[in-house]
Amino acid sequence: MKVLAFIIVCLTGGLLLYGTGELPGWGDPASPASSHLSNHYIEHALEETQVPNLVTAVLADYRGYDTMFETAVVFCAGLACFLLLRDFRPKKDQYYRHVPTGVVLHVKEDAGPIDVGREFEDMDKDWVPADTIIKTVCRILIPFIQIYALYVVAHGDFSPGGGFQGGVIFGASLIMIGIATNLKTLIKRISEKFLAIFSAIGVLVYIGIGVLCMVMGGNFLDYGRLSPIFGEHHIRALGMLGVEIGVGIAVTAVMVIIYVNIVSEGRHDEGL
Amino acid sequence: MDLLQLIATKYNYCLYIVLMMIGLYAMIAKNNLIKKVVGMSIFQTAIILFYVSIGYKHNATIPIIQGDHGHGTHAAILAADYINPLPHVLMLTAIVVSVATFGVAMALCVKIYQRYQTLEEDELRMRLSEK
Amino acid sequence: MTTYPELIVLAPLLGAFFAGIAAWVESRISYAITLIAMGIATACAASVFTQVLASGTIQYRMAGWAPPMGIELRIDALNAMVLLLISVIALLNLVASYRNVEKETPDRASSFYVMYLLFVVGLLGVTATGDLFNLYVLIEITSLSSYTLIALGDRDKSAIASLNYVFIGVIGASFYLLGVGYIYIKTGTLNMVDAAAIMKTMTDSSAILVAFVLCILGIWIKMALFPLHVWLPNAYSSAPVGFARVVAPLMTKVMVYVMVRLMLTVFGLDYIFDTLNLSQAVVWLGTIAILAGGAMALYQKNLKKMLTYIIVCEIGYMVGGAWLGNQMGMTGAILHIINDAIMTFALFLAVGNMVYRLDRVDYTDLQGLFAKMPWTMAGFVLAAFSIVGVPPTCGFFSKWYLVLGAFEAGAYHFAAALIISSLLCAILFFKVFEICFFEPMSEGHGHDSHGPAAVMEEAPVSSLVVLGLVSVCLIVAGLYSGTIVDTLITPILN
Repeated sequence: MKVLAFIIVCLTGGLLLYGTGELPGWGDPASPASSHLSNHYIEHALEETQVPNLVTAVLADYRGYDTMFETAVVFCAGLACFLLLRDFRPKKDQYYRHVPTGVVLHVKEDAGPIDVGREFEDMDKDWVPADTIIKTVCRILIPFIQIYALYVVAHGDFSPGGGFQGGVIFGASLIMIGIATNLKTLIKRISEKFLAIFSAIGVLVYIGIGVLCMVMGGNFLDYGRLSPIFGEHHIRALGMLGVEIGVGIAVTAVMVIIYVNIVSEGRHDEGL
Repeated sequence: MDLLQLIATKYNYCLYIVLMMIGLYAMIAKNNLIKKVVGMSIFQTAIILFYVSIGYKHNATIPIIQGDHGHGTHAAILAADYINPLPHVLMLTAIVVSVATFGVAMALCVKIYQRYQTLEEDELRMRLSEK
Repeated sequence: MTTYPELIVLAPLLGAFFAGIAAWVESRISYAITLIAMGIATACAASVFTQVLASGTIQYRMAGWAPPMGIELRIDALNAMVLLLISVIALLNLVASYRNVEKETPDRASSFYVMYLLFVVGLLGVTATGDLFNLYVLIEITSLSSYTLIALGDRDKSAIASLNYVFIGVIGASFYLLGVGYIYIKTGTLNMVDAAAIMKTMTDSSAILVAFVLCILGIWIKMALFPLHVWLPNAYSSAPVGFARVVAPLMTKVMVYVMVRLMLTVFGLDYIFDTLNLSQAVVWLGTIAILAGGAMALYQKNLKKMLTYIIVCEIGYMVGGAWLGNQMGMTGAILHIINDAIMTFALFLAVGNMVYRLDRVDYTDLQGLFAKMPWTMAGFVLAAFSIVGVPPTCGFFSKWYLVLGAFEAGAYHFAAALIISSLLCAILFFKVFEICFFEPMSEGHGHDSHGPAAVMEEAPVSSLVVLGLVSVCLIVAGLYSGTIVDTLITPILN
């Protein structure tokens, strides 16, 4: 197998290097890639879309159809982790820890959830006492991380950022709850049903804005047609902000879904 | 020598092609499934870097129009001052796709491990052929 | 009349997310939403089809920007045909496989339909788009959903088969992406027609040659052309029936469509056949693919796996036919896209019925099926005749065009392979018929004096009705082949 792999790699690498003979050099401003289409984007995107960040302008406006499918890909990944791994069977062994004394109850076989009262807490098999420092620092940091994530989404028009980046940061802040405490706390706060519906709503916001443009008489995702509702001023930038918010919502939910499903192998009981 | 001159002016393409081939080799030759997935990730990342390096222009800055862009007048925007935004846009999509594929591959590895308790490809092949 | 080409892709996409929400709120309506969404898509595909026949290519600008600034949908007669094919097969499969899905994935059936719709959206989008990078994104949606749905099948094998498919599929899609990268570096645009116009002036560039090779290699990997087919038998045979019935007829044929589109519109037939002169080599490859697929099918002991090797054989027909270099060969290849999709759908409908009742379809489990499942076997026999190429079923007519094209191009080895593969398929299927005809000997029938004692346990009525419909289509498509070729295919190629 290694010999075959080496042969394939040499052939492919040779083919690719053969093609680079005709490619323009590094950093050449007159190369065809930087002449035909991209000049139009650089010179006219600001006046046509009122968004200074050219990458966001091309991503959410000129090539918005592509970005919609990208968001669908993200949703698909979350749904895939759910479909493949989710295991609805109840956990076999259960451990309960008596908080004042530290005594551990081990309930074997499929006994189902037992009502143990308030003094016991549900425990993972590899339980480690929760570190107060980590819990407190995370509690303080998480709101700031979330504000930063919202900033990245909202300022995608003016600085590097946008829906995907902000969504990932927001999702990371939620995953931090799961890492700082335990997975059960995360799931209690943000249920699986909420995450699944949220991820679908995010993409629906994107497609919904596009369909709204169609209903107002234009082509799909033609934000200019939304001006009767939202006013003429910076309408394309506003449409872009709307779709970026949709993307952010979807990405947030999917990040948490993927984490929860992979880390707990679908059982949603214990994780990292 | 021609090859040397090729490498000197287009070293970005050559570098990323070498990286791609490392990833491709790992995907095909390695025995452990996780190493194959890592190879896949290297392969896709090298393609992303290849594309992004297309957009670079000497003495140009990031593709965010600078200056006062309130309402109306702004200085003429010269294409040579800003790098090409299009490869960046395409690669945002490609990064997301590669992350999604990585997630699905990880879920599949977890499923295989749950069923067979091993992630070595030769062992899996042996167990499958025994059935 | 106003048609809505964008709704072909949008209706299933919206349906997918509404069904996704419904799966968690009220899971019984998720199937209904799926049916409605596919119904709207089929209706739009039909109306777009009639409009394209009447007035020519439809171009739809996404986000209102003119190409190449924005992305456009470009639907001509070739697309419109494939779009209609995809939506009809996907809709019919929803009706036929309802019981199979309930049986195989009981606790997540509603999420299955969401992923199913995303898969169909990917296929429809691949067919309708006019932009090279958009094609890559849609191929990836199709691939991701198919990796997931395949892994929901057989408990032992499907996850490994799917992971192997992931690795090979990613290599294929990444090769295509690299090819598009090389095209972009040399032309500066991503729109298919625009890139074609610019590439006409650069026919002796090594970068364009590499771009062509990479794009075609990537698409060959995704369509499972021998010897890049290694992922297909395991993946399709361990997939759940509800999904195998739609992925086997459609996925590889849509990739054949993509190859034809790259050949006709993006690179141009002049570049491929005159400048590059690769026709001979690829026709030989097609010949080997046909013979290898048929030979490997002979070794199989499981009906589903045998059918997947027949798919590999059929792909050899289409690739060889398209690369023959003459109009007859390309006509045969395009006609075979439609015919093979219908035939494979009929075969997998029949096999899915058998799996529903028998759970396993090794040859030893098939004994006595003619008595137990007569309607299913009738459909299976008709589809088998179509694969072998018996007139008036559609399989005969596309083979006819391919053989004529092979003779015209002097590729006698390809014509010989086509005829040999008919014989091989006949041997294969008659072996299966023989096993199905005779009752199992081990059952001690004390009272078999009054005819076959097996009780008839047919598949659910919904899938039988669909099988009947598709069988009728096999014959209708065969009888109307001439009309299809004259009204649809010849105008595209001229």
